[in-house]
Amino acid sequence: MVKEQDYLEKKATYCLDLAKKLGATNSSIIVSNSITETVNFRNKNLDESNRSDNLGISITTYIDQKKSSISSSNLLDHNLKILIEKCIETTKNTPEDEFNSLPEKELLAKEIKDLNLFDITHLENDKKIEYLKLLEESASCNEKIINTESSFSEDKSSFILANSIGFCEGYKSSSFTASCVAVAKDDKSMERDYEYTNKCHLKDIKPAEDLGKISAELTIKKLSPQKIGSEKISIIFDKRIAKGMLNTFASAISSSAVSRGTSFLKDKINEKVFSDNINVFDKPDILKGLGSKSFDLEGVKSETLDLVQQGVLKNYLVDTYNGRKLNLKSNGRCGGISNLYFDNGKVSYKDLLNSNSRVLYVTETIGHGSNIVTGDYSVGATGFLLEDGEFKYPINEFTIAGNFKDMFQNITLANDLEFEYAINSPTMMIEGMVVAGK
Amino acid sequence: MSNFFDKSDLTRKDVDKIVSDTLKNCDDGELYLEDSKSESILLDDNTIKSSNYNSDLGFGFRAISGEVVAYSHSNEISRESLKNSSANLNSTLKSSNGTYNNEIPKSNKKYYNDINPIEQKSLNSKIEILNKVNNFLRKKDSKVKQVTASFTGEQKSIEIIRLGGEALTDVRPLIRFNVSVMLEKNGRKETGVYGIGGRQSYDDYLKNDNWQNVCEEAFRIASVNLESKPAPAGEMKVVLGPGWPAILIHEAIGHGLEGDFNRKKTSAFHNLMGQKVASEGVTIVDDGTIDKRRGSLTIDDEGTPTERTVLIENGILKNFMQDRLNARLMNTRSTGSGRRENYKHIVLPRMRNTMMLSGNQTQDEMIRSVDKGIFAVSFGGGQVDITSGKFVFNCTEAYEIINGTLGSPIKGATLIGDGPSILKEVSMVGNDMMLDPGIGTCGKAGQGVPVGVAQPSILIDKMTVGGTKL
Repeated sequence: MVKEQDYLEKKATYCLDLAKKLGATNSSIIVSNSITETVNFRNKNLDESNRSDNLGISITTYIDQKKSSISSSNLLDHNLKILIEKCIETTKNTPEDEFNSLPEKELLAKEIKDLNLFDITHLENDKKIEYLKLLEESASCNEKIINTESSFSEDKSSFILANSIGFCEGYKSSSFTASCVAVAKDDKSMERDYEYTNKCHLKDIKPAEDLGKISAELTIKKLSPQKIGSEKISIIFDKRIAKGMLNTFASAISSSAVSRGTSFLKDKINEKVFSDNINVFDKPDILKGLGSKSFDLEGVKSETLDLVQQGVLKNYLVDTYNGRKLNLKSNGRCGGISNLYFDNGKVSYKDLLNSNSRVLYVTETIGHGSNIVTGDYSVGATGFLLEDGEFKYPINEFTIAGNFKDMFQNITLANDLEFEYAINSPTMMIEGMVVAGK
Repeated sequence: MSNFFDKSDLTRKDVDKIVSDTLKNCDDGELYLEDSKSESILLDDNTIKSSNYNSDLGFGFRAISGEVVAYSHSNEISRESLKNSSANLNSTLKSSNGTYNNEIPKSNKKYYNDINPIEQKSLNSKIEILNKVNNFLRKKDSKVKQVTASFTGEQKSIEIIRLGGEALTDVRPLIRFNVSVMLEKNGRKETGVYGIGGRQSYDDYLKNDNWQNVCEEAFRIASVNLESKPAPAGEMKVVLGPGWPAILIHEAIGHGLEGDFNRKKTSAFHNLMGQKVASEGVTIVDDGTIDKRRGSLTIDDEGTPTERTVLIENGILKNFMQDRLNARLMNTRSTGSGRRENYKHIVLPRMRNTMMLSGNQTQDEMIRSVDKGIFAVSFGGGQVDITSGKFVFNCTEAYEIINGTLGSPIKGATLIGDGPSILKEVSMVGNDMMLDPGIGTCGKAGQGVPVGVAQPSILIDKMTVGGTKL
């Protein structure tokens, strides 16, 4: 079983007391434990089982405005003592930074809501195996599928965050993840695609048969791809790629990128950065939400943020340190976003597909082609050519490129938002992107 | 060397017994113990932003039967914890009746020294250099708007205990020094990044104020990018510079030649052994034995000594990279390529230092031969889809080539190509092979491991450049 809160709290308190005794003027401790049990299948047979038991502690000590951190997986008291001594010594030798501080006491979370993030159900490996058998049975129903790999993982976590101004809170959470990767082959090509499900509660994950079926269908659809020429064209991003745009957006509005001046969205508060009708929310209190939390990594209360209203940027993601630099109060986003999503657009999925006579539908991108300093974007992609709303044929080995500043202004969203993951987007169309192919 | 059991309730004899009892009906497996110390000191925005130290201790217990791997890891080195892991492995491999293979090759060669780079240089002297970097760059030019510089250092001690009590150990130092600078001119911002490192002490890399050269290079790249124009879009000729651009080889070819993907037949190369996969003159090796390099290892994470593995010789596919599991299942031997990020992860066949060897042409000849194309000098990250063979990487410094001469620098663009066919498009191989500066980290199945690359300049006849200019 994952460690109880009492055990973690005892370790945290021990460290807080010791740090104070050894000369820290302030300190902050995170103690965590997670146990993950995973079973992997390949071609309908057991391939791997993996049990992972992770303990960890992270200690930050302050001496006035000097700061240093230490982390370890060894929670024995004698080791913690050595580490805290080392941490204090390092703190003394680190230059002051006027912006270093714990959060303001009034901003700390007071009432911790039960967000229903922990499902105590434990699924024995034999049960995971049953699920994967069904899944792979369903994934390999077509003879074009030559390889299947699937995985079922159960994770239980527990943590405590404590600091020297009286905060000491934590909770348990759980996560169940199943995934399937299928490989299909015909005489012209070999292709791979996937599907996965990830939920806090076991009963909410997708049925095994669906997962297998979807991954097989997606993979077979990609067979015998063609190449495309270089041209300017509208691109529809499948939901699973569209949500990646939100990742880039979140990096660009992090207070750290903004205060360092390394974001293309610096100084854009109250400016229109997206097309009309685009709304972006970060909502931490969704029940059973994969990104849900009551407070951030500093203990600051996290509340729903309207990041973008009708295309206008309203908030950055602010932590204490960068907030002090920017003269902003922390909004409980140390460590980043919670449940981030684009609100639904006005058109249906079908109308979006029909909105242009010729359009590229992208299902996968590869490469790290997002530059948040300049906003430049260039990635490799795989997808389909659509004509008059109909999927014509798969295409691959092409790139798509643009700049986020323009791309964000040309987004149209469908009304098919679902809360499947921590970051969610409806299907998205961006007009006027450059495709490079043969 | 760490003694992993002196603070526990276990004697070495107890451990040997648990290992032997657990693995006796298995084909392979081991208890892997790891004690790592690491630090990172970061200067950013004119101040020391963070100074972190990490000490991590744990074990990973692995049992293999046939194709099935059972793995369990924990941070608690105790009788109870080890027994729990043992029970967990045996519950997965209930019906195992394998024969443990005790053979493991031996070598006395070592490719780095047992040092702890963190302790070899004081915190104050590291902070002093970071401050010098900041002052040097900000004084150099008023266009400099942001400077980030960092030291990261690590010492990792490992011990592998096999059935019968055989123990194999290694102590691995690793450091990296990195500088990133952002320039601004007329409202336009561009960054330049450069770093150095490997398996020696910080001072071995910082001799003769070498930090200044790192600053100059980061500044030069950022300056070039400030003048960059939109990159062309479409298929064209590409000249790659020597050294770090060999990450193209790593992505396009390297991953597809790792044993696991070929055993599972999910690699586009799985049925091409002995066949021509590259132009004549193209020879590619994966070498774990280069002295003190980032990707070098004395032994791999299964205890096998590393070696220089010829992957492609004069265009012909010769070998895959193997760990013990995939080697056994493919009836071959381990090439010392079994690696893991740390004790929390299972072993996979991975690259070490992947290199294309020199030919006899010059970079100048290559550029002169191109009517329309690009010259790529440096790259950011890359990625590959093993199954379809398509791979990408991002230029961080590149120039247009028009009628045999270099034109303007171009903006960061993604290049995309097809792994199994790209090496057949190599029409010239340069005489200027160079190692990368020691900065690569390769990701696979969620595990990052340090790697190196090397190559001479090469000319590729056909690749798709993902620019915005049609």
